[in-house]
Amino acid sequence: MASAKQVAKQAERREIRDRWLLSAPALIIIFLAATGPLLIVVIYSFLTPGPYGDVVWKFSTDGWLSVLMQRDIFDDTLAFADAHLSIFWRSAKLSFLTTILTLLFGFPTAYFIATRPARQRDIWLFLITIPFWTNLLIRTFAIQEVIRNEGIVNTVLIKLGIISQPIQMMFTDFALMVGMTYVYLPLMVLPLYASMEKIDFRLVEAGYDLYANRFQVLRRVIVPLVKPGIIAGSILVFIPALGAYVTPRVLGGSKNMMLGNLIELQFGQGRNWPLGSALSLSLMAIVMVALLLYVRSVGGRGGAHG
Amino acid sequence: MPEQPGRSAIEVRGVRKVFGSGESQVAALDTVSVSIRENEFFTLLGPSGCGKTTLLRLIAGFDFPSAGEILLHGQDIAPLPPFKRPVNTVFQNYALFPHMTVAENIGFGLEMLGKPKAEVKARVADMLKLVKMEALSNRRTSQISGGQQQRVALARALAPQPKVLLLDEPLSALDFKLRKEMQIELKRLQHQTGITFIFVTHDQEEALTMSDRIAVMSSGKILQVGTPWDIYDKPAERFVADFIGETNFLTAAISGMANGKARATLKSGATIDATVAEGFQPKDNATVVVRPEHAKLTSGKGDLSGTVENIVYFGTDTHIHVRLDSSETFTVRQQNTRSAGCGFERGDKVGISIGNDAAQVLRD
Repeated sequence: MASAKQVAKQAERREIRDRWLLSAPALIIIFLAATGPLLIVVIYSFLTPGPYGDVVWKFSTDGWLSVLMQRDIFDDTLAFADAHLSIFWRSAKLSFLTTILTLLFGFPTAYFIATRPARQRDIWLFLITIPFWTNLLIRTFAIQEVIRNEGIVNTVLIKLGIISQPIQMMFTDFALMVGMTYVYLPLMVLPLYASMEKIDFRLVEAGYDLYANRFQVLRRVIVPLVKPGIIAGSILVFIPALGAYVTPRVLGGSKNMMLGNLIELQFGQGRNWPLGSALSLSLMAIVMVALLLYVRSVGGRGGAHG
Repeated sequence: MPEQPGRSAIEVRGVRKVFGSGESQVAALDTVSVSIRENEFFTLLGPSGCGKTTLLRLIAGFDFPSAGEILLHGQDIAPLPPFKRPVNTVFQNYALFPHMTVAENIGFGLEMLGKPKAEVKARVADMLKLVKMEALSNRRTSQISGGQQQRVALARALAPQPKVLLLDEPLSALDFKLRKEMQIELKRLQHQTGITFIFVTHDQEEALTMSDRIAVMSSGKILQVGTPWDIYDKPAERFVADFIGETNFLTAAISGMANGKARATLKSGATIDATVAEGFQPKDNATVVVRPEHAKLTSGKGDLSGTVENIVYFGTDTHIHVRLDSSETFTVRQQNTRSAGCGFERGDKVGISIGNDAAQVLRD
């Protein structure tokens, strides 16, 4: 009996060892690709900035402190400064607005595609994904071409005699919203479509049959059924929007900075890599907290769906 | 079953429904007219693709007729959207809202009608009791069995007290035993609520056992409307006779037509009494149908004669397939007894006698 137990134990040990060996490639890649770089950013955020960028290997919490405070040049005292905070707030606000706008435009689009005959749907989906084939920068410049002072919109409006002076759209939040909504729309449409495609449209008929008008069917039947898609789409849009860099840079100009631009600034002209690292990690923290809140608010009710 | 005269709940007048356009146009309903009485259990019976579901969807308002009128208590409802019709549907796969509980599903219609919360609650409780689902009111619809879902679907459709309840093959997803139970349950609910039921099925047995009246449909047309007894014993057309139950078709010459009765002279030379379908046009070779249980096998001479080809035992009865001397086939159904076999063997020369009230002359 004892020997049988021993044999079993040995087999178990061997199995555990094999399991580790087999998962080693995956673990190494996960470490090198995700954890490793992140670790470097964490370490950099606790170092001292070098005179020409880069870092000096000397421990300092200044990077983190500078996220919300400013050190006086003369007497070296720390004082609260809202410059960064206001950019954080602005980024969150604009990203939220982008999410709402993509949802408003994406919902009817996805519904339209989902209600086409099966063969037509593929064509529409294909059209939705076409913008992905073009570089983001080029797409953003294309938007600029449309809305700048000498751009298509202004030229046409002036030619038609509707306006005499071009409307200033570039370098405004409006331009930013146009650009961000355009760029992130497919990321909203695709998960929405994936949810809508699964809807049993007899449920919509059942809604109509039970005296719900079009708006009530939308609110009480379709939206609850598409909820997973709305959540997935919102996450897919909100998170990259929060760290957006190219679009605010091209369309928003230097005054309308977002978080991505602020971080870039620290690694470029600002020559403050530790602050840049700290800002990046703060952004990550915000995203994680937002995600956690989201998952919890949905998860609680989602579980009961069975 | 006696016919109950009454106002018509639904009157369908010359309704056509065409799908597609141009060359690929298909008429799912080809100028259908039918009148459904109040408090009636009315069944639309036919094979798949016959247009029965299309007609139901037109009454519900999910589709709109290409031509014709649909009257509900005398008012044309054809142009109204479904949410403005006092008609509710039990869907084939129930279509219960998966994001709501059983009680929320049942209360949905009342809520949409803007009924006060207390009234909705009371009515939902009544409905739960009616379909015996009180214990499961807070379950999700995905957490209950098929039969229970069926009950919830019924309760949901009955809760707003519709003028007419439409049922689209509601029992087809249930297993045999549950289906039998629900058939009885449906009859009970119809009786208890007094609501007009329009029931769609392809199951002829279901139609015969449950309906007050049946409309038999084929390729977009209503072929015959009548009580189950009418439909079974006095089929008007070959399709109806063939679709419902088993039957024997014989060719005969018709003479002496009077009061819906006639003399039919069969190929064997024998002459039998027969009832004649409405709209029968006198012609040389009419078709006469005789149900297998209405004929009798004899070892002597009968109205027909032939040779026993096959004997099939069914427990309650035995089917004896006979090749007639006129080369037609004829099946006789004979009630079994415990003491003896059917009394015939393959290859036996037999006679078949047809009773006085056994034959019906078809109009086509």
